[in-house]
Amino acid sequence: MRAVDAVMECLKAEGVDVVFGLPGGANLPTYDAFVDGGLRHILVRHEAGGGHAAEGYAKATGRVGVAFATSGPGATNLITPICDAMMDSVPVVFITGQVRTELLGTDGFQEADTIGITMPIVKHSFMIQDPLEIPRAIHEAFFLARSGRPGPVLVDIPQDLSRAEIPYEPVADVRLPGYQPTVEGNQKQIRQAAKALAAAHRPVIYAGGGVVNANAGAELVEFATSDRFPVTCTLMGLGAFPARMDGGPTSPPHPQWLGMLGMHGTRAANYAMDEADLICAVGARFDDRVTGKLSEFAPNAKFIHIDVDPAEISKNIPAHIPIVGDAKHVLAKLLVEYRALSAPSERLSEWWERIEGWREKYPLTFEDSADNEIKPQYMIKALHEATGGEAIVTSDVGQHQMWAAQYYDFPAPRRWINSGGLGTMGFGLPAAMGAAVGCPDRTVCCIAGDGSVQMNAQELATCAQEKIPIKVFIMNNGYLGMVRQWQELFWDGRYSHVETGDYPDFVKLAEAYGATGMRFEDKNTLVDDMKRAIATEGPVVVDVKVTREENTYPMIPAGQAAREMVG
Amino acid sequence: MSDSATKEPLSLEGLQVSGNLRSGRKHVLSILVENKSGVLTRIAGLFARRGFNIDTLTVGPTDDDHISRVTLTVDGAIHPIDQVTKQLHKLINVLKIRDLEPTDTVARELALFKISADGAQRGELMQIAEIFRGKVVDVTKRSVIVEVTGTTEKVEAFESMVRPFGLIEMMRTGEIAIARGRGET
Repeated sequence: MRAVDAVMECLKAEGVDVVFGLPGGANLPTYDAFVDGGLRHILVRHEAGGGHAAEGYAKATGRVGVAFATSGPGATNLITPICDAMMDSVPVVFITGQVRTELLGTDGFQEADTIGITMPIVKHSFMIQDPLEIPRAIHEAFFLARSGRPGPVLVDIPQDLSRAEIPYEPVADVRLPGYQPTVEGNQKQIRQAAKALAAAHRPVIYAGGGVVNANAGAELVEFATSDRFPVTCTLMGLGAFPARMDGGPTSPPHPQWLGMLGMHGTRAANYAMDEADLICAVGARFDDRVTGKLSEFAPNAKFIHIDVDPAEISKNIPAHIPIVGDAKHVLAKLLVEYRALSAPSERLSEWWERIEGWREKYPLTFEDSADNEIKPQYMIKALHEATGGEAIVTSDVGQHQMWAAQYYDFPAPRRWINSGGLGTMGFGLPAAMGAAVGCPDRTVCCIAGDGSVQMNAQELATCAQEKIPIKVFIMNNGYLGMVRQWQELFWDGRYSHVETGDYPDFVKLAEAYGATGMRFEDKNTLVDDMKRAIATEGPVVVDVKVTREENTYPMIPAGQAAREMVG
Repeated sequence: MSDSATKEPLSLEGLQVSGNLRSGRKHVLSILVENKSGVLTRIAGLFARRGFNIDTLTVGPTDDDHISRVTLTVDGAIHPIDQVTKQLHKLINVLKIRDLEPTDTVARELALFKISADGAQRGELMQIAEIFRGKVVDVTKRSVIVEVTGTTEKVEAFESMVRPFGLIEMMRTGEIAIARGRGET
């Protein structure tokens, strides 16, 4: 069969049910194979939209997302999603067309050195040089994308090779002698970690996106609640530990949940890290948004660091007990080891008194408006209520992202989908599209910024055409809000190119794309209005007018220590 | 789990950090890689983007056509070597990395020196070359080329000896290294 037909067979064998992509010259043969290939393809309007949709699909479902693009500009348009997937460890296979082999290196039409350009931002890549290699490369790409620390893998296929006739047989094995991720975790180290936890009087569990990637939410909860361990999550880890007891919007907060940590985390979480005697990091990488000033980060703590990627351990903070392994396996074993020690819970009483003190003194709060003006924080709480806390929420990057992270109270993993590492504006809308395709039974909302949403708004056409019912709530303050906040706080209020004004008219924009447009401006009816938007069929874009110059607090100013939190 | 070792309590104060330490010396990393296109670019790119400096780098075949050996030297005073090797290990085409212990390793590089040598100086230069077991491989009326093989220290010592004569050019391969004894590198 043609190599491209083999590509379709490989994708089906890998369990792929949807591909996001855009055709062009160099992948014309591939697109011909879609005609009879029996695979769902969603035609996006920009390759970046397709790449982020594949990420959203992967993050929501835990399966590998797939995005296609043609050579040259098609491939370069994928750079941002590829880099985003690398930074946030998202399993996505990107398959790009390339010019014919005879044109390689000649600056041919739509030729770009895709492999070269993407080399620093992929987990691995395959440049196809012989059509016989194609099936193996595709299967190995999926294996690499989903195993170990997940990430993006790219397969670049020259047009002429994709048309070649090859015999196709399912590839059962992978031959990657240089790739053997350690998932189990060293038993001795795990025992040592259990002992350290039993000896600790001021422990904190610091959980990151690795817990979500490993589907280890249940193991985290079981381990953390086997004693009264305080738990905080990174931006990427939100939902790995439930913010509330049973998830519902009226249920009480989980007593062991400290909230998110880091630059816009809670004081309780950041102060607990600051005073901890033992920090157990699980699938987290001590990012600068978490640690602030590295030399003053958690000065009294010893560190257990559990990560499937050995290179993350001791990269930023030297670990005392390194454990290479997947969060699911390691937490399950740690639970057994820890239980065997029967450590007395009372030793943590003083620590909890201290934490409760911070919680009481510094709750996550904002000054609500006296009139009907919608405060951005209120908008997130209203969405939490309108969705019963049960939606998959995606976001762009900026103030709205931080408020969503602070106030939505995620009940479970894979409900919060955002761009953490790369901080990609324009991520939320296409990611919501991918999440909705992957999880058709769940409400999918995108909390967008009025600045960010325009960076991939073209995908509304895709949503309208494919009837993908995402609900986009634009937190519209007419500013590039986070940049404005920094200019206000750290640049003497000298605003430089942050005002976006009233452009465009998002209701008209939505309608032009074939989506439903709405505009909400009244706090008093907001929850019901949101319910109405969510109940509306098909894609909906809601322009929510919020307070223009609200700041995201609390905040650790960049490069400072947790103790210096302001707001 | 019921053994006494398990029950023995641990003191947090006694825990020591592991990894991320600077050794303060030169490290020779011997790396086996799959012989595939782009592998060297991946290694060089990794060093560049992580801010690691490569002091020397050599690449050559092994007795297996599918596998090449990269030998590179890195300054352990500047970079935590375990972070360098862990990042290298993340490259899918990297099969094996060995951080060679200087005392258990034979390391050699080849250097070619083109030196100004008028008739009067040539004799002295030849003597120096002989002391270093160098080989004169080209002679003209005004210059000689000397080949020297040895450790980096020896090559550098030779360089400092001949520099006063007028060093026109110098080419160095960078070190290759092999573990002493019967075991494979």
